[in-house]
Amino acid sequence: MIGWPPFGLAARILCACCVLVAPLAVAQDTARRSGYQDMGRSLQAMQDDDMANPAMLWVQEGAALWTRRAGSADKSCADCHGDVGGMAGVAARYPAFAAGLGRPVDLEQRINLCRTDKQKADALADESRELLALAAYVARQSRGRPIAPPDDARLQPFIAAGDALYRRRQGQLNLSCAQCHDDNAGRKLGGATIPQAHPTGYPIYRLEWQGLGSLKRRLRNCLVGMRAEAYGYDAPEYVALELFLLSRARGMTLESPAVRP
Amino acid sequence: MGHALVNVPASVKRGDAFEIKALIAHPMETGFRPGPNGVLLPRNIIQRFTCTYNGVEVFSLTLSPAIAANPYIAFFTVATESGSLTLRWTGDKDFMAEETVPITVTA
Ligand code: HEC
Ligand code: HEC
Repeated sequence: MIGWPPFGLAARILCACCVLVAPLAVAQDTARRSGYQDMGRSLQAMQDDDMANPAMLWVQEGAALWTRRAGSADKSCADCHGDVGGMAGVAARYPAFAAGLGRPVDLEQRINLCRTDKQKADALADESRELLALAAYVARQSRGRPIAPPDDARLQPFIAAGDALYRRRQGQLNLSCAQCHDDNAGRKLGGATIPQAHPTGYPIYRLEWQGLGSLKRRLRNCLVGMRAEAYGYDAPEYVALELFLLSRARGMTLESPAVRP
Repeated sequence: MGHALVNVPASVKRGDAFEIKALIAHPMETGFRPGPNGVLLPRNIIQRFTCTYNGVEVFSLTLSPAIAANPYIAFFTVATESGSLTLRWTGDKDFMAEETVPITVTA
């Protein structure tokens, strides 16, 4: 599988693509498409069948973690939240504003707040198996629901910051997210179809990763592909971009945990 | 060690073929990939998968390094008697995982 970002050939194709991109700010397709619709039938079938979707291995692990006590509070997620069914709809409205912090947090960060503040345990590492398993288990409860960003005025400045980041050219290739995902969505970049970048399936099982990964990891991959410096894992830029993408995908169906090439 | 998801129909008519689907968490490290320090990562794959139906082997598979991580294996067998199916994965680094699922065969 020759995926994009890994460099070599892909990077050279990218350079050709910049030349092509600049003068070509063509009218964009107004119909929104999930990355799911841009995948081949066999990958769609893999995502649709819980028995074939490898992300379900993480969901299974998340179910075990949900009832496992942790930290000096010696409490499990279930001790406070009860049945995981109560999490239905939650993933569809994250990132959300965390009043205590005065800023928005994404689902993984929200889970880690419960780890540190409620369970009195150490935060789980970014992209760790456990954190992804819990995120997948919680997100699975919202599958089929419409993406519903919170109507929260406090989020506005962060969405605006994400919007600006999305349109800002950056990196050695001097590209913006919008140049690929708005202006050239549906076209090819190497072997990949450029999707519209809707966060409909996170965390995703990505074939190129041979594993599960968060939206943040996906964004880091795009930044590296643009030859921009990826922000640190706890940088506010990711949450701003995630919020902007969420507001842009309002009403689209959540597929989590999805499969992507 | 190792966790798997196994799916078989709850009941099948005697003589009918039914599908068994199995997904297991495993890195399937090929042995050909260099790690961050340039040294090859040691091979770590599942080598063999078997399925026995009431003690009789009905399906087996030898896996190779070219198979992706978290292998998904689906196959059919014919319903004979009620009982159980035992699925077993073995491989490098003494990897062993076993799952047993019940099957009900109706007349
Ligand atoms: C040079 C073109 C390019 C640029 C610039 C780019 N991306 Fe991407 N992006 C891609 C491609 C191609 C894929 C799909 C990769 C694949 O299928 O393997 C992708 C995938 C994505 C996805 C996953 C969509 C899904 O269905 O899960 C998101 C989200 C995303 N990009 C966001 C961004 C953001 C935010 C930026 C700016 C920081 C950005 N991208 C910059 C080409 C680009
Ligand atoms: C001691 C009780 C407690 C424990 C243990 C706990 N939580 Fe929470 N959790 C809360 C409370 C209370 C909130 C509401 C926000 C707040 O008050 O901080 C919350 C909020 C959340 C939210 C956001 C819900 C929403 O509607 O926005 C998620 C997701 C969540 N918790 C996941 C988890 C997970 C996963 C675990 C286990 C790793 C866990 N929680 C453990 C008490 C707990």
